[in-house]
Parts: sequence; C-alpha cells; structure tokens
Amino acid sequence: MDGSKGFEDALTGEQKIRNFNINFGPQHPAAHGVLRLVLELDGEIVERCDPHIGLLHRGTEKLMESRTYLQNLPYFDRLDYVAPMNQEHAWCLAIEKLTGTVVPRRGSLIRVLFSEIGRILNHLLNVTTQAMDVGALTPPLWGFEEREKLMIFYERACGARLHANYFRPGGVHQDLPPELLADIEEWCGEFPKVLDDIDGLLTENRIFKQRNCDIGVISEQEILDWGYSGVMVRGSGLAWDLRRAQPYECYDEFEFQVPVGKNGDCYDRYLCRMEEMRQSVSIILQAIEKLRAPEGQGDVLARGKVTPPKRGDMKTSMEALIHHFKLYTEGFHVPEGEVYTAVEAPKGEFGVYLVADGSNKPYRAKIRAPGYLHLQSMDHVAKGHQLADVAAIIGTMDVVFGEIDR
Amino acid sequence: MTEALTELGAYIEAKRPDCVIGWDISHDELNVDVAPANIRGFVEFLKSDPTCRFSSLIDITAVDYPERAKRFDVVYHFLSMYQNQRIRLRVSVREDEMVASVVDVHPSANWFEREVFDMFGIMFTGHPDLRRLLTDYGFRGYPLRKDFPTTGYTEMRYDEEQKRVVYEPVSLVQEYRQFDFMSPWEGAQYVLPGDEKQEAK
Repeated sequence: MDGSKGFEDALTGEQKIRNFNINFGPQHPAAHGVLRLVLELDGEIVERCDPHIGLLHRGTEKLMESRTYLQNLPYFDRLDYVAPMNQEHAWCLAIEKLTGTVVPRRGSLIRVLFSEIGRILNHLLNVTTQAMDVGALTPPLWGFEEREKLMIFYERACGARLHANYFRPGGVHQDLPPELLADIEEWCGEFPKVLDDIDGLLTENRIFKQRNCDIGVISEQEILDWGYSGVMVRGSGLAWDLRRAQPYECYDEFEFQVPVGKNGDCYDRYLCRMEEMRQSVSIILQAIEKLRAPEGQGDVLARGKVTPPKRGDMKTSMEALIHHFKLYTEGFHVPEGEVYTAVEAPKGEFGVYLVADGSNKPYRAKIRAPGYLHLQSMDHVAKGHQLADVAAIIGTMDVVFGEIDR
Repeated sequence: MTEALTELGAYIEAKRPDCVIGWDISHDELNVDVAPANIRGFVEFLKSDPTCRFSSLIDITAVDYPERAKRFDVVYHFLSMYQNQRIRLRVSVREDEMVASVVDVHPSANWFEREVFDMFGIMFTGHPDLRRLLTDYGFRGYPLRKDFPTTGYTEMRYDEEQKRVVYEPVSLVQEYRQFDFMSPWEGAQYVLPGDEKQEAK
C-alpha cells in the first residue's frame, strides 16, 4: 500500500511494496449475488482469494426436516432460481426412486421439455451476464428478452413465472394445453436467430476474446481434484453429461450432441454453452413431436398414493375426497431407505441425498449443488490472474447463491 | 447394473478387508460401511485402484441419529467418470470422535468438511482450515443436529436507536407450529384428550 515509510533502496530506487487486501462484494454487480471475496493482490495480480459464503444461507435442509415431502418441493425452486424446474426434478426423482413410482410417458416428456427450457434460461443468463462482466452491455438486453418469453411459458404451464412448483413426485402437476406446445414450437423457430445475433456479437469479438481466451484454464486433473461437473468438465474436452452417461427420465430416446471444448478456458466454456442451447432447442422440438404422437397422450401423473386424485373423481367418490385431504395435510409416507439422485442441471450435477425414515417427512435431505464445488476452487483458479479476470472467472463458473448457500 | 455393483462390492471387500465393515446394494446403489480409523486410506485406495477409479468426490455430509451410541453417520459420495459408477461410504462416529480429513486426497473435500463441522460439530483431523462456513460470523451451536431448534437461539434486527444491527434471544410471538398429521387410526402412540379415563378402567 505505502512503501513510503520504511524502505527505500537508494541504489535501485526501488521501494518495498506490501500486498494489498481488498473486499470484493458482497454487493458487487459482478459477484452474481451475495459473494464476498477477500482478495490479496500483488499489484493487479491475485495472490490469494478467500470466498466468504453463507450470506444467503436460509437453512433449507433444516427446514425440510420439519415439512412433508410435498411441502418441501417449493424450496427447490428457490435454490438455483435461474432454472427452477431442474432442481425440482432431482427431488421428485429421489422420492420416486424410494417409493417405486413410475412416471407416465406424457409426464416424463413434459419434464424433459421443461428441463431443457430451464437449461436455455440458465445459459442465456450466464452467457450474457458473463459478457457484461467483461464489458459488453448489449447481450444481456437481448438475452433477457428471450428469457422473458420462456418465463411466460413457465407461467402458462403452471401459473408462476419463476417459482414453478410444477414437477411433482409421479409426474407433473397439470397437462399442457395444445396452444402452448404450438407457441413453444414457434419460439424454437425464432430463437436460433437470436442466438446467431448474440453469436455475431460475441464469438469473434476482439475484446471478448481477449478477456476470455486462456483465462481460467482447467485441466483434466483439476476437474477430478475439485469435483467439477457440467460445462466446467465439458469445456475441457471430457464428454461427461449425466443425460448421456447415466440417463434418467426418458433422455435415452432423445438425440442430442454433447459439445466439448478443447482448451478448457472461459472462451471454450462460452462456446459450449452456446452450442448446448442449440442442442436444447432440438430436444425441445423432439419432445413436442413426441408429445403430439399418440403414444405421448394420456395422464401426466401416476395416480396413486403420492399424487392427488382427479378433480372429477373427487366430485363423486368419497375415497378420492379423503385421499385428497390426507395427501395435502398429512402427506404421503416414504418407505425407509436412503438414495442419491442426480440430474444434469444447467450448472452441473445437481444431486439430492435423501434419508427417509418411513414417516411423512424426510429425516435428512442433503442438497448437492454444482456451484458449491466450482466456487470452492476459486482460490486455485484465480491465483495468478489479474483482478479484472476474477469477474470473468466468477461468471464462467456459473455461481448462483441460492444453491450455494442453501 | 446391479451385477456390476455386486462384483465391485465384493472386489472392494476382498481388497481392503480391514476397512470394510459391511456392504450392501439398495435402490441400485452401492453402500459401504467403513471403519472410522481407515477412512483416509480407503478413499485413497478407491481413487487410485484401476478397477474403482472413484476420482471425483461428489459430496460429504452427515446424518444425526441422537438415539444411537455412535451418533453421527458421515456419508461420502464418490463418482467414477471412467467406470461410470457411484459409491456411498458411511462412517459411524461418536459425538466426541474425530474423523480423518480427506482433503489431501481430494482437495474438493475442503468445504464439505467445513460444512459438516459447521452444521454438526464433527471435527476433522488434518483439515487445513476448519472454520465455520455457511452460518453467521460468530454463530454458536450446530444447526443440523436434531436437538437444535429450527428457530435457533438468537435473532437479529436493525435497531433504529442504536443505528446498528443487534442480536437478541429469539422471542416467539406464538409457539412454533409443529402439526401432527399422523392418522389417529394408523398406529398413533398418543392418548387423545378425554381418553385417559378409558385407560384407567
């Protein structure tokens, strides 16, 4: 900070310099939420980076222990609030695995459809705000326009723009109207043009490349050491995608490519995300086609103990009425056991470790968020980079504090 | 899937009989119970053995069972991207027992162990920086233990007179609502009000 007081070398004219400690966040626009970084700088070079997290800690896991399985579902929307339905998916899969519920085909297809919409929602936000962190203002404006349209699809499916509470154990809450499918299909036709626009703005942009190429390079060994998942892995050339490697839902019948990068830097991860959005559009179109086919018709919920009865049945059947009342007060009981289920959320592997004790509440639920591990390695990745690159690295790691702090 | 896991479980038990207390497969997942003393070596074995190659640490967490003598289960999840397998390790420890840290095998264990310490108060020997992680600066108690109330003990508010944030003991305007939704006709343990006299007869 000040070399003026003590040491001054008369021969060389050099001064003794002390490292500079600065606080980055918690209210910094490039911190993507409430991240506080304590940075030790040598000039502009980062020597040490200590992330302080927990400023958004809400005790989700503790709260979940005193609520029923269905009441816990909305908490998952509030984890990674950029792509809410992908989180719900992991929770539903965990309950279905323990109770042995089989999701009907239409419900499964709708889940895939909305998981991919969630992926586009997330990548649009990430790619464009990362571009903003490195100096471009236009991409977020264009990206958010498309996000707005997607959130309207969310709203038309379940009534909520963000905190959907749409995926339920045994399927999805309600069926989609055919007009919504038509509108999503129409949007899929227009969206690639917007992607091309963003592509034209960023991909060959000199400033964008200078800020992203060779920044935050991740090697295969680092992937293993730091437990990376998602784009952080694929950007470094490993074609690891849970949708492909350990297929859940009905992803095994969809055709899609898994894009991989070559250099493992921020720029390659950006390219991966752009390509993943195009792949998601193709999955959405396939899902719509399958939903319209005769095999795609039918119920969206596996009717049984874990799901509510049909509205019509409740008007005529006393049992259905009792079942409905008991389901929404006592909730359903999940057999004793422990499972870990993971989904390929847009940010990486999002998992739920659920310990059930046979009652109507989870005994313990652990949420494994991909961003938690990514941010953990901040010190390792940012060391030796310039201060300005820290913003680019936070952006490329795709951290959202809802899921990290839980 | 299950045969491959059975094979893997048998292989691991044969290779490291000193570490494995027992193993089973439930819901297509391999669970291995590990002795607390050997956890570090066992994790290293799982990472380096060519048949296992569980080189990605997925998660470390704990589960509290207050009624057991060995109160906590520390649970590790590993993934092998090369063999496309998952494994779960369970280590039972007493409240006063310490667990060996696996940070030098998997650097990513750092925050997970800090979180387990923060939430459950389980100490990890050999951890480079065992500070609290998610809770407030200066927080006391271990929130995810079953005997910790959901409301906590202290609450925080901004005081207009003192112009700063103050911490106070929690005062509840009404009692915390814990509904008992269990069916009265499905093995309820309690006596309904008015039924005491029936018991006396």
